[in-house]
Amino acid sequence: MINLETHLPALQVLVPMLLAPLVILLRPRGLAWAATAAVSLMAFAIAVSLTMGVMGGGLYSYEMGSWPAPYGIALQVDAFSVLVLLVITAASSIALLACKSSLDSEIEATRQPLFYAAWLLVVAGLCGIVVAADAFNIFVFMEISSLASYVLVAGGPDRRALPAVFKYLIMGTIGATFYLIGIGLIYMMTGTLNLADMELRIHEVADQRPILVAAGFITIGLALKAAVFPLHVWLPNAYTYAPNAVTVFLAACATKVALYVLMRFDFVVFQQNLVGHEIQFAAFLMPLAVLAILIGSAVAIFEPNLKRLFAYSSVAQIGYILLGASLVSMMGLTAGIIHIFNHALAKGAIFLAVACLATRLTHLNFKHLAGAARQMPWTMGALVLGGLSLIGVPGTAGFISKWYLVMAALERGPLGVFLILVIIAGSLMALVYIWRIVETAYFQAPGAQVNAQISGEAPLPMLVITWLTALSSLYFGLVPSVPLWLSSAAAESLLGHLR
Amino acid sequence: MTAESAILLSLITPVAGAVLIILAARINDNAREAATLTTAVALIYSVWSLLPVLYSGGRPAVRVAEVLPGIDIAFKVEPLGMLFAALASGLWLVNSLYSIGYMRGNKEKNQTRFYVMFAISLAATMGIAFSANLFTLFLFYEMLTLSTYPLVSHKGDAKTVRSARVYLGILISASIGLFLPAIIWTYSVAGTGDFTSGGILSGKMSGPEVGLLLGLFVFGAAKAAVMPVHRWLPAAMVAPTPVSALLHAVAVVKAGVFTITKVIVYIFGVDFLFSEPSGSWLFYAAAFTIVAASIVALKQQNLKRLLAYSTIAQLSYVVMAAAILKPLAEIGAAIHMVAHAFGKITLFFAAGAIYTVSKKTELHQLRGIGRRMPVTMTAFTIGALSMIGVPPTGGFVSKWFILAGAFQSDNYMALATIIASTVLNAAYFLPIIYLAWFQKENVPPPREHGEAPFAAVLALSITAALTIAFFLFNGPVLELEEQLVRGMTP
Repeated sequence: MINLETHLPALQVLVPMLLAPLVILLRPRGLAWAATAAVSLMAFAIAVSLTMGVMGGGLYSYEMGSWPAPYGIALQVDAFSVLVLLVITAASSIALLACKSSLDSEIEATRQPLFYAAWLLVVAGLCGIVVAADAFNIFVFMEISSLASYVLVAGGPDRRALPAVFKYLIMGTIGATFYLIGIGLIYMMTGTLNLADMELRIHEVADQRPILVAAGFITIGLALKAAVFPLHVWLPNAYTYAPNAVTVFLAACATKVALYVLMRFDFVVFQQNLVGHEIQFAAFLMPLAVLAILIGSAVAIFEPNLKRLFAYSSVAQIGYILLGASLVSMMGLTAGIIHIFNHALAKGAIFLAVACLATRLTHLNFKHLAGAARQMPWTMGALVLGGLSLIGVPGTAGFISKWYLVMAALERGPLGVFLILVIIAGSLMALVYIWRIVETAYFQAPGAQVNAQISGEAPLPMLVITWLTALSSLYFGLVPSVPLWLSSAAAESLLGHLR
Repeated sequence: MTAESAILLSLITPVAGAVLIILAARINDNAREAATLTTAVALIYSVWSLLPVLYSGGRPAVRVAEVLPGIDIAFKVEPLGMLFAALASGLWLVNSLYSIGYMRGNKEKNQTRFYVMFAISLAATMGIAFSANLFTLFLFYEMLTLSTYPLVSHKGDAKTVRSARVYLGILISASIGLFLPAIIWTYSVAGTGDFTSGGILSGKMSGPEVGLLLGLFVFGAAKAAVMPVHRWLPAAMVAPTPVSALLHAVAVVKAGVFTITKVIVYIFGVDFLFSEPSGSWLFYAAAFTIVAASIVALKQQNLKRLLAYSTIAQLSYVVMAAAILKPLAEIGAAIHMVAHAFGKITLFFAAGAIYTVSKKTELHQLRGIGRRMPVTMTAFTIGALSMIGVPPTGGFVSKWFILAGAFQSDNYMALATIIASTVLNAAYFLPIIYLAWFQKENVPPPREHGEAPFAAVLALSITAALTIAFFLFNGPVLELEEQLVRGMTP
C-alpha cells in the first residue's frame, strides 16, 4: 500500500513535470488552460499538505528510487522549503485562475498548449529547486525553470519582449553558469554534491582557495538570478513586456527561489565552515540590499509605465529580503523569509490589478491611467490595498516584515539606526509612487487624446481573485501566525547550522 | 450590555452604520440622513454606557487578536479615552444635524460618500480612544488619516486636491517616519506597548534618548499640529465645513493631542518624564507654537484659515499643559480638550452657516452680518469668548486648571504664554465680533438672506449652549479626570 504522504516531496515536482508534455496534446480551446490550472491547484494542494506535515513537526527527507544519499538524489522539505513552495504554487494557481481572459487575448490559440506546457515546467522547475537537497539537482531544475520562463516571457504579443528575453537569457545563463562553476569547484574539492554532505566535508578544505572562489561564484551567480542590485537589469524589461499573467506569476516567486538557494547555500555550507564568512556575507550583501531599497524605490517614483514601476519596486523589495538575511540573526532572518511570503502576496495582488487594468486600458502608463478609478473602482481598490502592504501600513502583511526588520536592526546599535532610516526612507518612497498612482487614477480627469471610454470594470472572475489576494494581504497582516511560524522555524534551522 | 461588549459595539456601530448609510441612500436622501442620525444615537448609547463603569473606578478591557507575539489588538477604557470617546460620539450627532443643513444648503455632490466616510472616521476615532496599546492606537490612527482624506478632498477640484495632498503627505510621512519608529523603539526597549499607569519606560531608558523618543512621538503624532508639522491643518480647510468642524476641531486634532497626552501619562509616566531633563523641550515647543500660531492667525483674512491657526494654538495649550507634568495641569489638558471642542465646533458651524447662505469667506465681508444672522453670530461670539477664555464660557475653566498647574510647579513661562496668547486671541477675535455687530453692512450681499438652514442653526445653538453649560456643570468631567492623576506626585 502506497503511503502518499511520504512521496509528497517527489510528487510536488513530478506532478507538474510529467503532466507538462501532456498539456501540449490538448488542442481544443481552453482545455490547455483548464488542465494547467488544475495541475497548478494540485501542486498547491501538495504544498499545503507538506506545510501541514512540517507544522506538525516533520522534516521530509526523501530518496529518489530509495538510493541512499549521497549517491542517490535526495529531496528535503522543511519549513523554509514549504514556505517557498506555497508561494510558488499559490502564485501559479492565482495567476492562471484569474487571468484566463487576459491570457486568451495575449497568447494565440494555436500556441497556447505550448505556452501552458512551459508554464508547468516553470512550476516544476521552481518546486524542484526548492525541494532538492543536492547542488547539481538544484542546477538542473534551475535550468528547466529558467528556460521555460524565457518562453513564458516571450509568449506575449509585444515585440519588445524579445530583446528583453534575450537580455534575461544571457544574464540568466551567466548566473547559472557561475553557479555551476561554483559547485564544480566544490565537487572537485570535496567529492560530493549533496548539501548535507558538503557541510561536513567542506570543513577539511575550508581555507583553500578553490572553496573561496566557489563561494564567490555561487553567490554572484545566484545574485544574478535573484536580481540583486546591481545585477537586476534584466528584471524591469522582462516583467514589463511579459504577458500580464506571467508577470503576476514571476514577480511573486521567480527571484525568491534564487534567494532561497542563496540563503541555503550560505548558511548550510559556507557560513560555519569559512572563517569570518558571516561577516563577509553581511558586508557584501548589506550595502547591495541598502542600494536596492533606495535606488529601486527612487527609480520607481519617476517611472511612467505601471509595470516597470512595480518591477523596480520589486527590486527594492528584494533588497528588504536580503537586508533581513544579511543581518544574520534570528529576527533578521525571520524578517527576510517572511517578506518572501508577504511580498509575494502584495505584488501578486498589484500585478493582478494591473492585469485587470490591462483588460480595459490600451496602454499601462500614467497618461492612460488618468481617471481610471471612476470606471474601475474595484480594480483600483485592490491596487491600493496591495500598495498599502508595499508601504508597510499596519494591518497589512508588509507591516509584519517591516516590524521584524526594524526590530532586527535595533539589535545592531548605530548601524541599526542607519538601517532603520533606510527602511523608513524606502517606505516613504513607496508611499510616493503609490500616491502618484492613486492621484492619477482617482483625481485626474481622463485625457482627451486617450481612449476615454473605459467600458466598465474588469471581468468578474479576475476581480474576485484579485480581491482575494489583496484581502489575504490584509489577513496575513492581522493573523500572521502561519507564515510567522514557518519563517521562525526556517530562521532557526538556518542559524542552527552555524554551530 | 457588558462593558466589554460596549467597547466592541462602539467600534462596530459606526462601521455597520456606514453600510446602512450606503443601503439607505438607495431609497432616498432622507433615509440616508436618518441612517446617519440613528447610527450616531446608537454610538452615543454604547459609548456613554461605559461612563458609570468608569466613574466607579472600573477599567474595562477586551483583547481582540494577537498579531505578533507581544503585540495585540486590544482595547482598554480609561478616563482620558472615555472623555475623548464621549466627546466625539456626542458631537457627531450634533455635527450630523449640522451636516444635513450644510450639505443640502450648499447642494453638495457625493453626499453619500461624505456620510459614509464620516462614519468610518468615527469608528477610527473610537478605536484611538479605546486603544490599550501603541500598536492598536497606531492602526486606528492611520485609519483615521486615510478615512478623512476623501472628506478633505471632497470638492474634487484641482486646488482642493493639491491641499488634500499636503494634508495626507504630512500626516502619513510624520506617522511612518517618526511615530512608527518611536513605537518600535518603545516596544524594543520596554518589551511592551501597553498603556500602563505610571508609564513603562522608567528604569528602561534615561538621558537624551528620552528627549529624542518624546520628540519622535510628538512630531510623529502630527495630528496635534505642534509646529513645524502643523501645515496640514490650514491645508485641510478646503474641506466642507462639517468636516472642519467635527474632524479638525474635534476628532482628528483631538486624536493628536490625545495621543501625546496618553503617551506622556501612560508610556513615559508623568513622574518619570518630570525627572528627566531631556524632556523639558516639549514645554517650550508647545509654548512657541501657541504664540507663533496666534500671531499668524492675526494676519489671516480668510475666516476658516484664521480658525485653523487658532486651533493650532489651542491644541498646543493641551500639549503645553501636559508638558507641565503636574496633576492639575494634566487635568487642565484633559478639560481643555472638551472646552476647545465645544467652542471651536461652534465657531466652525457659524463660519459654515455664513458661507452657506451668503458664500462669504473673508473677514472683511462680515460687516454687519450680526444683524442678518443674530443666532449664528451670538453663537460665534460665545465660541470666540471661549477661545479667549472669558467666563461664563468653558474655555475659562480649562485655562484656570492649566494656570493652577503652572503655579504648582512655579512655571512662570507658562503663565506668560497664557497671558500673551489670551491677549492675541482677543486681538483677532474681538475685531470680528465688533465688525459683525457694531458695523453696518456697506455692501449689500449678492442675494438677500437671513439665518442659515434650520438644522445648521439648531446644531450651532446646541454647541454654543454646551460651551456655556460646560462652565457651569463641569463637575462630572472633573471627577472623571481626577481619576487620571491619582498616583501622580503633586
